[in-house]
Amino acid sequence: MSEHEHHSHEAHTHEHPPRVPSEMELRVRALESLLTEKGYIDPAALDVLIDAYQTKIGPRNGARVVARAWCDAEFRRWLLADATAAIASLGLTGRQGEHMVAVENTPQVHNLVVCTLCSCYPWAVLGLPPTWYKSAPYRARAVKDPRGVLKEFGVELPESTQIRIWDSTAEVRYLVLPQRPPGSEDLSEQQLANLVTRDSMIGTGLPGTAA
Amino acid sequence: MSYHSNADLGGQDVRDAIVMEPEGELFHAPWEPRVMALVVAMGPTGLSNIDMNRSVRETLPNYRDLSYYEIWLAALEKLLLQKGVFGDSPPPPRQVMRADLVAAMIAKGSPSSRSPTRPARYALGQRVRTIAAQAAHHTRLPAYARGKVGIVERVHGAHVFPDSNARALGESPQWLYTVAFDEAELWGGRIPKQGSTNSVDAFESYLEPAAAG
Repeated sequence: MSEHEHHSHEAHTHEHPPRVPSEMELRVRALESLLTEKGYIDPAALDVLIDAYQTKIGPRNGARVVARAWCDAEFRRWLLADATAAIASLGLTGRQGEHMVAVENTPQVHNLVVCTLCSCYPWAVLGLPPTWYKSAPYRARAVKDPRGVLKEFGVELPESTQIRIWDSTAEVRYLVLPQRPPGSEDLSEQQLANLVTRDSMIGTGLPGTAA
Repeated sequence: MSYHSNADLGGQDVRDAIVMEPEGELFHAPWEPRVMALVVAMGPTGLSNIDMNRSVRETLPNYRDLSYYEIWLAALEKLLLQKGVFGDSPPPPRQVMRADLVAAMIAKGSPSSRSPTRPARYALGQRVRTIAAQAAHHTRLPAYARGKVGIVERVHGAHVFPDSNARALGESPQWLYTVAFDEAELWGGRIPKQGSTNSVDAFESYLEPAAAG
């Protein structure tokens, strides 16, 4: 168990005070060793996977999609009609994004995405879900008290705005297309993408405001 | 044998605060990324499928006491035991996710859509009622949406049917619909008026025709 050179934190132990691995760490390492020995996994693939979700596949991808839709009316129409194809045209495809639907916020309707049964989330455009998205309070309350939940996130909507909640109970994954911030007419697509937050694409937040 | 999901949380009385998390804060312990990657890397081995994984997770007796990556780990361990991976003749992997295959495998994904073998039973705008019976196995109709009348808002084509796939009974693809419910239908007077509509994605056998309203 002491020779897991692929655990980068161990490769650097000489720079830090010695740390005793937790029980969970040992349990995970034992499982990883067993599955490697039995030929089910390639430990190097785990490193590649972790790096992919830490540095390549995250909410900045979704922000690109949103910014493009804000700038390009034809892309917006395509996104709302066939999100999987429109998103794929930006090179974003695959795992937990195989069947995408984009839902558009308007002054009349605010969309909110949840998975009450587990943690279904559009990995291809938003990466790994935040812990709260997978946790009981959000999953329990988003469907029954959406305004209360939004308030916890600091979002208060006019009473006249309808809230549309999408419970992702199958393999369709939902991306919220937030409203373009007022006063953002002169911003570039990249500047617009910087205003798009993860939460605004789940529906628990609003995009940043144009400075 | 009765089946109970500990993961069907929609509408339950859970009062804990929602703990915010900044973008980019993905893991909270050094073992968490390894668990995420282990679970993803085990996918191509074909030992289980996504519906079996969900079924094992949601029936963990201590589901509600575990963090999400603890759930993933416990369910993976349980599944591997069930499949005899630690025994004398472990089942061979169908495919191993080698490091050089990761990017392509992520980009390809695993679509759940299948060619339909018959026409859809329901049409856009149609009123439908979800079945009231509680399934005695893994299912994807949440308890809060059982026995409720809603409107078909989207038709998604045919998809692998989780209730069957989770039990290794085959993919048995079914038409999948987004069905939207008014809050009064779901919660009656049990909540203050929110001005909300809520949809679930429902497989055809979760639905029955409802009389025009």
